[in-house]
Amino acid sequence: MNRDSSVRRSPLLAIYAILVFAFIYLPVVALIVYSFNRAGVGGFPPRQLTLDWYRQLFADGPIWDSVLNSLIVALGAVALSLTLGLLAALALDRAAFVGKELFRRVVLLPLILPGIITGLSLLMFASIASLQLSLWTVFLGHGTALISVATTELFAGLQKMDRAQEEASLDLGATPWQTFWRVTLPNLKLSLIAAGLLIFTLSMDEIAVTFFLIGRDSTLPLEIWGRLRRGITPEINAISTLIFVISVALIVVWYRIRTRSIGAEAQQLLEGP
Amino acid sequence: MYSRTYKSLVSAPPLLWIAFFLLLPYALMFAHSFWLVQDGVLVHHWNLDNYKKLMSNPVYLGVLFRTVRIAASVMFCSLLLGYPLAYYLSFHVRARKELLYQLVIVPLWVSYLVRGYAWKTILGSDGVLNGVLQYLHITHEPVSFLLYSPFAVVLTLTHIYTPFVFLPIYASLEHIPRPLVEASQDLGAGPRSTFVRVILPLSMPGLLAGATFAFVLSLGDFLAPLLVGGSSSTMIANVVQSLFGAAYDWPLGSAISICILILIIGLLFLTERLEKRWSFK
Amino acid sequence: MSSAATTPGVAAAAEAALLEIREVAKRFGTRDVLTSITLNIAAGEFLTLLGESGSGKTTLLRLIAGFEAPTAGEIWMGGERLDPQPPYQRRVNTVFQNYALFPHLNVRENIAYGLKVKGTANVEVVDRVSQALAMVKMTGFAAARPSRLSGGQQQRVALARALVNRPQLLLLDEPLSALDANLRKQMQSELKALQREIGITFLFVTHDQEEAMALSDRIALLRDGALEQVASPREIYAHPATAYTAQFIGQTNVLRGEIRNGIATCGILRWPLEEADGPALFSLRPECIRFSPEGPRRNTEVKFRGAIHQQLYAGASELLEVDCGAGQVLRVRVPACGSLTGKHDFVFSIADAIRVHE
Repeated sequence: MNRDSSVRRSPLLAIYAILVFAFIYLPVVALIVYSFNRAGVGGFPPRQLTLDWYRQLFADGPIWDSVLNSLIVALGAVALSLTLGLLAALALDRAAFVGKELFRRVVLLPLILPGIITGLSLLMFASIASLQLSLWTVFLGHGTALISVATTELFAGLQKMDRAQEEASLDLGATPWQTFWRVTLPNLKLSLIAAGLLIFTLSMDEIAVTFFLIGRDSTLPLEIWGRLRRGITPEINAISTLIFVISVALIVVWYRIRTRSIGAEAQQLLEGP
Repeated sequence: MYSRTYKSLVSAPPLLWIAFFLLLPYALMFAHSFWLVQDGVLVHHWNLDNYKKLMSNPVYLGVLFRTVRIAASVMFCSLLLGYPLAYYLSFHVRARKELLYQLVIVPLWVSYLVRGYAWKTILGSDGVLNGVLQYLHITHEPVSFLLYSPFAVVLTLTHIYTPFVFLPIYASLEHIPRPLVEASQDLGAGPRSTFVRVILPLSMPGLLAGATFAFVLSLGDFLAPLLVGGSSSTMIANVVQSLFGAAYDWPLGSAISICILILIIGLLFLTERLEKRWSFK
Repeated sequence: MSSAATTPGVAAAAEAALLEIREVAKRFGTRDVLTSITLNIAAGEFLTLLGESGSGKTTLLRLIAGFEAPTAGEIWMGGERLDPQPPYQRRVNTVFQNYALFPHLNVRENIAYGLKVKGTANVEVVDRVSQALAMVKMTGFAAARPSRLSGGQQQRVALARALVNRPQLLLLDEPLSALDANLRKQMQSELKALQREIGITFLFVTHDQEEAMALSDRIALLRDGALEQVASPREIYAHPATAYTAQFIGQTNVLRGEIRNGIATCGILRWPLEEADGPALFSLRPECIRFSPEGPRRNTEVKFRGAIHQQLYAGASELLEVDCGAGQVLRVRVPACGSLTGKHDFVFSIADAIRVHE
């Protein structure tokens, strides 16, 4: 019924909005364009198009090692954060316990605090516990810091869920364990995927915490960072472009999944009794 | 409906993990801030020296003020960019609203490093922007202040955090029931008046959330200054970073970190209070 | 029975039309929501736009409020063209369906909103707001937030907020639909009394025909974007123009038959009728049929016999479903009379079989 007659035409605002949009996108566009520029980064306009930088990128061993490391850490972080985040979300949703408010806030801290603080505290912890810095410490850092992302997303999903479904399952004879697997989890499918994608992306891009917990093996962002300190090469443009393209692809995938399952829900509502 | 076993099983693992791997490390940092480094060695001697050093040293205070200034600039600039964009999308767009919203979100998923690097290549003396300016004959020499200055840091961080600020504001605006806007117009308020009297007040929670995000995250940022800030833009997090690195003084670094932490937590309490007052259900 | 001309609203409409809707049409995309509506609303009258959902009644209201623009036609008020004006310039105020009270303002501030926006002096604002609060009996709630009020209370505040601006025309978009039955009846009677007292023209939208009948000076029945009939409640009930109107407003039996050589025949019913030959449609209200007394039938009456195969008790009356054979079933409303069975004789006056169009 919301026929937005309050939608008005305002050319000034439209122009401003377009300018903001451009501000958000142009740097990335420039980055992509210059990844194909023979003369490298800088100068205007870009003259000769080439795939040289990409060729160089694909031949670059250390970069791909770091990509692999990042992937391993990211997938591990997803598994750890989702598991603990799911439990935390269930706890917040259903259990009352001493210090619940405190728990809720502490869980959210890594999200709000600058990464450097979380990274340094974990460094101190590792030092006291005589843990050697390696991909394991990075995995620990990411997994712990990103629990909050999983918790927030899954908690929202739980709140939206229809309680009666779980009650119906118990009524029909299923145990709580069975109910969890057959009813609760399927209902959380969307939230789990959303949280998983977000945690994966955040982990792949994580620098602040990783900076202090890294050992010998590098992750992709830190590998890039190291090279940046030594100087700019358009190879970095090339890898950045690839990262951008993959991020966008992930978003499209996520969007498809979401609209398809929202569509399915709407369909069910329409076909219902 | 949920048995005690269920509740314990569900609460225990995350509680324990958080206590051990989050609370404990933060507590460790807190403890470190009261210790000392003597002759390059950590000494567990409880004292307040680090905090005294912090309060009295003009260098540290100067960096802190610069950091707050930069963070505040980023906050204002991203609000200036993000709010109108959110308002436009929410109230002035009918077709393809969802698509445009996704388009604004996309950059959020693109690496921070990538975006910081992009600005580095654009703002440099032989960067893209200078190239464009010279190509258009607006300037004849490279403009040097663009890069390696607080300006570049604010610009880069604004670029990175504008979508962050856009998100909660947009959500807030979308939540405003459209009949309220119609009612305001029905009672005689034109678009501008309606915005000031109805839309802006009701979008406050989102605005607060976005502003807090931008400020707090900028406050603790140490990457942007290293990428595009140069030596004139050292921020407090860089100081901490070097104290944990080359200038080995973990206790002092911890003390500064704890100060930042207290500042941020204080800010969050404040915004939470304000948000409660300004969210009308 | 009652002459249309004696109803105050109708007489006034001929002379002092406050609002003139001239051949207004509205199209959304490919859908024609309103097709050529022409209607005059008199100053001081209580007119109801009645119709099912999708009939266009709310759209018409929104056109008058200014939230939509007509695709064709014009709207005039007080001798000036209204439709090009934005809503904040019109001397028209709306009571919204879900009240649309501002959550960030208290009751007093909500009511004062329209006055504040126009820059009215504080002294006057305070004065008028108090009057408005008293008028809707909400004086004690001046400092309350809308979220703390019940539905009925919110409705009163919405009413006060609109009326305090002394509009020339008040639009009410199904304002009582969210209230429960008893509260609704109470509010109906308060609204009617209020309108009588302050004399402002009310344009009321509802899908509830009982409500329309109880409140209005005139009813405009909308069907699929067009005006089906515009008349006073008594007129529209006693002389429906079409079968649709007859069935929408109150209950009726629609008799389908034909006229041949001065005799109307509908199923087993036959009566003399001096009209042209051809198919015919009649509306016969259930309360016009009664048990037939002993004795010969008068020649202004029609008698028939049927079996009662359902009886719905309604306190003061019963609604009988009478099977007359050959698939013809009539509904009859009689005063409460205890359980009935078997076949009975019924009678109705010929004059009560109103000829209607499709």
